[in-house]
Amino acid sequence: MGTTLFELALIFYFAATVISVIELFKEKKVISHLMLSLVGIGFVLHTANIIQRYVVAGHIPITNFHESASFFSWSIVFIFFILQFRYKVSILCSFVMPVVFLLMVSSSMLPQEIKPLSPVLQSYWLVIHTVVAFLGNAAFAIAFGVGMMYLVQEHYVKSKHFGGIFGRLPSLQTLDELNYKLITLGFPLLTLAIITGSLWAESAWGSYWRWDPREVWSLTTWFIYAIILHARLIAGWRGRRAAMLSIAGFLIILVTFFGITLLQKGLHVFL
Amino acid sequence: MKIFVAGLNHNTADVEVREKVAFSGARLDEGLRRFRELPGIEEVMILSTCNRVELYTHVKDTEKASESIKNFLSEFHNVNRTSLDKAIYTFDDVNAIRHIFRVASSLDSMVIGEPQILGQLKEAFEIALDKKTTGILLNRLMKKAISVAKRVRSETRIAENAVSISFAAVELAKKIFADLSGKVFMLLGAGEMAELAARHLMSSGVKEVIVANRSYERACDLSKEFNGRPVKLDDFLREMVHSDIVICSTGAPTYILMKEQMHKVMKERKQRPVFLIDISVPRNIDPKINDLDNVYLYNIDDLQGIVDTNMFERKKEAEKAEKIVEEEIEPFLKWLASLDSVPTIVALREKAEEIGKEELEKLMNRFPDMDKKQQQAIEYMTSAIINKLIHPPTKALKEDPEDRDLMIAIIKKLYGINGEENKDK
Repeated sequence: MGTTLFELALIFYFAATVISVIELFKEKKVISHLMLSLVGIGFVLHTANIIQRYVVAGHIPITNFHESASFFSWSIVFIFFILQFRYKVSILCSFVMPVVFLLMVSSSMLPQEIKPLSPVLQSYWLVIHTVVAFLGNAAFAIAFGVGMMYLVQEHYVKSKHFGGIFGRLPSLQTLDELNYKLITLGFPLLTLAIITGSLWAESAWGSYWRWDPREVWSLTTWFIYAIILHARLIAGWRGRRAAMLSIAGFLIILVTFFGITLLQKGLHVFL
Repeated sequence: MKIFVAGLNHNTADVEVREKVAFSGARLDEGLRRFRELPGIEEVMILSTCNRVELYTHVKDTEKASESIKNFLSEFHNVNRTSLDKAIYTFDDVNAIRHIFRVASSLDSMVIGEPQILGQLKEAFEIALDKKTTGILLNRLMKKAISVAKRVRSETRIAENAVSISFAAVELAKKIFADLSGKVFMLLGAGEMAELAARHLMSSGVKEVIVANRSYERACDLSKEFNGRPVKLDDFLREMVHSDIVICSTGAPTYILMKEQMHKVMKERKQRPVFLIDISVPRNIDPKINDLDNVYLYNIDDLQGIVDTNMFERKKEAEKAEKIVEEEIEPFLKWLASLDSVPTIVALREKAEEIGKEELEKLMNRFPDMDKKQQQAIEYMTSAIINKLIHPPTKALKEDPEDRDLMIAIIKKLYGINGEENKDK
């Protein structure tokens, strides 16, 4: 049942991804509504899948790689809907849905069985740390998409050759503000994730910080986003530079997420 | 029964002629009334805009109508008949319908796709409706023309994208800034084009306007007009720090803004984006400035390039629109043709009812003792027979366009009806 829900969500996300690419080139209300409905249905199914796993496992289902990738995509769609509600930038879907879909596909290829959780990890920190971390990363993922949109749009305006998706993209200022908002949302969440993580580490292993590779990379990411915010506020690094930095920031998150998890043998090995 | 169009537009008549022939305000009401009174003109409406004056009519005979319309126009507006003849074009039947659909869809406009014409046409139609100078034919035609125009608007991109330099500038500004309402706008030098662009920007609601000009007096005058703030041209760099959109046309022979200067300005602005429009020839802003982050510099050629591309796009879309117009002509012609059979249908029914009435009277005279109930039953039966007999030919006349003329002729012959006599009923 849980698997079926997951696969159904995957199918809807896939359809939404296809439609979202069409939406980039064809401006039609119908297409936009269809796309949003598909994402919406996918999201409901996905949520049901996560709840269902929670009930079966008895703890939040973010304890293996399959579940993490799945929850990561869930968080991205969740934040997308918040933005859609506030800013009505459905075109963002075309940049975000492919990422969501890829994450879901990689999640689907990983072992899905629910294993008993090691007693060390059974703590309320599990819920707080993981949820906060993934929501933060999801905000950065969308900032990545927005950053890409900014660079594309900036290229059109600077080169003075319009066409393609110029007309479909929002104004540079909108994209820049969106990017900033997302980073100001993601940064405190990331900070909180690092703090709760070290508190959890203390309670589980008796030490706050052990220079485990994931901790190091998370700290690196934290510094990058701190620099983005600082540069923006002090030196006025906005626009193209902010977009490029937020793209770089998310690429590092991806390295952390895939690279370290697959290669390392550190404490976060369960993820 | 013919649809007939006579008119002149920007292609056939200079503004001197157009303004003389224009119908405005009370003259329009009077013109409508007097046109309607002309012999042979059944329905009329007048579309009078700055680019065209057109009469849409329903007439009995096009040649006679054409003559009397031209005479009337020349007399009413006191214009020499020969100059009028040179300017006036006429269309009848299919061509008239096509012309009206094309005008409504803005395919005949000076700037293809400009949206005002549809509103002007609606207004002209409403005035004619109000004065009761139109009837079944023109009413239906106008409603159709409006729906064709709407279809063209929604199915093609004919009205999208700016086709004037100043609109192109405003559209670009909207792609750089989310919302122009909080922005500061500086007019650097005051040419005609700059003023026009300024007016468009003002109507998009910028927050503040600064006018810098070599002649401070002129700056003062202009800023009064835009409700802005005049500054000396030498102070413009300081003002750049808080100006988001700058239109430059100083007429200076060299660059008055260099990259290094702009670099400093951007630092002071904390890199807030700025849109520079240099419409002066020779250029006044160092083109290298476009390389700076968050600075978007456009010169007159860049904007003209956008306008040309958009114009080209519109022309492509206009081809699609022409197809839509052609598609819509056919059903209207069918409806028009179905009107031809109306007199025959009416005559046929009258003939049948007449016979029924005669026979009923004879019957009543022979059986005077019939009670009320029986009488009613026989009357009812008679009208039922009439209806059932008439229904199939009526239906065929209305619905079968191909053999309509033949059928009309046959029915007239078979029943001894002379359709022409009944035409006016």
